Amino acid sequence: MGEQGRGAVLVACSGLGLTRAGTTLLDSVDLVVHAGEIVTLIGPNGAGKTTLVRLLLGLDAPDRGRVERRPGLRVGYLPQRLAVDPVLPLDVGRLLTLTRSAPETDRRRVLREVGVPHLLHSPVQRLSGGEMQRVLLARALLGDPDLLVLDEPTQGIDFNGQVELYRLVEGLRDRRGCGVLMVSHDLHLVMAATDRVLCLNRHVCCHGEPESVRAHPEYQALFGPRIAADLAVYAHHHDHAHALSGEVAEEHREETGA
Amino acid sequence: MMDDFVLRALAAGLGVALVGAPLGCFVVWRRMAYFGEALAHAALLGVALGLLLDLAPTVGIVATCLAAALLLVGLGRHQPRLAGDTLFGIVAHGALATGLVVLSRMETVRVDLFAYLFGDILAVGPGDLAWIGVILVVVAVAMAFLWRPLLAITVHADLAAAEGIHAGRVHLGFMLLIALVTAVAMKVVGILLVTSLLVIPAATARHFARTPEQMVFAAMLVGVLAVTGGLAGSLWLDTPSGPTIVVAATLLFALALFQRVSPEARDT
Repeated sequence: MGEQGRGAVLVACSGLGLTRAGTTLLDSVDLVVHAGEIVTLIGPNGAGKTTLVRLLLGLDAPDRGRVERRPGLRVGYLPQRLAVDPVLPLDVGRLLTLTRSAPETDRRRVLREVGVPHLLHSPVQRLSGGEMQRVLLARALLGDPDLLVLDEPTQGIDFNGQVELYRLVEGLRDRRGCGVLMVSHDLHLVMAATDRVLCLNRHVCCHGEPESVRAHPEYQALFGPRIAADLAVYAHHHDHAHALSGEVAEEHREETGA
Repeated sequence: MMDDFVLRALAAGLGVALVGAPLGCFVVWRRMAYFGEALAHAALLGVALGLLLDLAPTVGIVATCLAAALLLVGLGRHQPRLAGDTLFGIVAHGALATGLVVLSRMETVRVDLFAYLFGDILAVGPGDLAWIGVILVVVAVAMAFLWRPLLAITVHADLAAAEGIHAGRVHLGFMLLIALVTAVAMKVVGILLVTSLLVIPAATARHFARTPEQMVFAAMLVGVLAVTGGLAGSLWLDTPSGPTIVVAATLLFALALFQRVSPEARDT
């Protein structure tokens, strides 16, 4: 990977390992996130993606290796799920100022930036999945973050909503120059909107630019050729462009059955 | 024209209602009603220990409540096999029973158990009022500092921690404040009813609030109405004042259930 043209290192880890109750959850993971780039963690369920994010954020301490965050790094974190108990009255405006105060003009500005200015006074319990993610993104933006960390931001959002959300994140990166670390299941969509991919399965299977990861045998072995083919479609690399026909689906069934 | 003891009772009750409102809201939001209950029960052990060591009962109560809070926080962290409410039940009734046993062995002292169990707000003397005031001011100031981080960890602990809030410390601080308020509120409504004085105004206020802050102010209002109404009722009907205050709060809660509120506040 060429290092030139990249921004400053925001967060880096090397040789990271975590063992819990005799099970190795992560082993010798190296990762760097620079300013201005979008890095995506992909991997099957239980691959340790969220575990890695928690270590990088300093929420848990690793058993092996170390994490270095740039001093004074401002992190905007979007957790995997945020469900507010109905007994707690909370509107969007108040959720925005959860960890820091901000005048109403700023609150309106960040909501406009993520495209939901009308939600300022809505109770958070009434938001849809997509609205909640946008509001959480706005909340993170209020702190003017150097690094955005998004843990599966498109869970429970329909296809169009997912595409829009990834575009939004890309736009924020372009405008603000912040680094983005994303955890995702939506391989096909993520591949199109990311600079680097790290494919994790307790260890780093492979990493690099989306195209090189896609071609990597370990990646193909993890996700199977059908999903690898989907990627080609959504990334608009027409050298692989075969439609999703019944034939392909059958092929996939044989794969998983084997 | 009102007697001094009534004014002192009113001042103590209103103080607890006002300062207890934000704590009561967090007790409701963080589902900690059992925790408050456990501390209140432990307070009787504090009364016994205070008498045993020849200290003012107040000192024994405050110290025991703080110690019980620390014990519960510690047990919660290091005993993952037992759920919080189980631990709370053990500590609560273990301490209450120990307190009763110790008190029964102290033949030289006759303790008015009824006053501790159900409160004796009309017996609040000028000295009592002074320490109640000091504790309530300490709690109010600490709560003002804890407010934002505590709300943040209540909404999402990891999100707060990722942005530099020490969730463990904030939680511990809140537990200690609950212990202090419990020690004070005990004087007003007694060991068995302390939690209700925190929880019922907050639960009533939920119907009228759109933000956490609105809920606190509404809980303050409900608490003030309950204390004033309950105290007046107890003088008029010649009933014990602590339970009458809680009955007043419960009636307000029941009224709020039938109240039609604005659509914004009536979400979910």
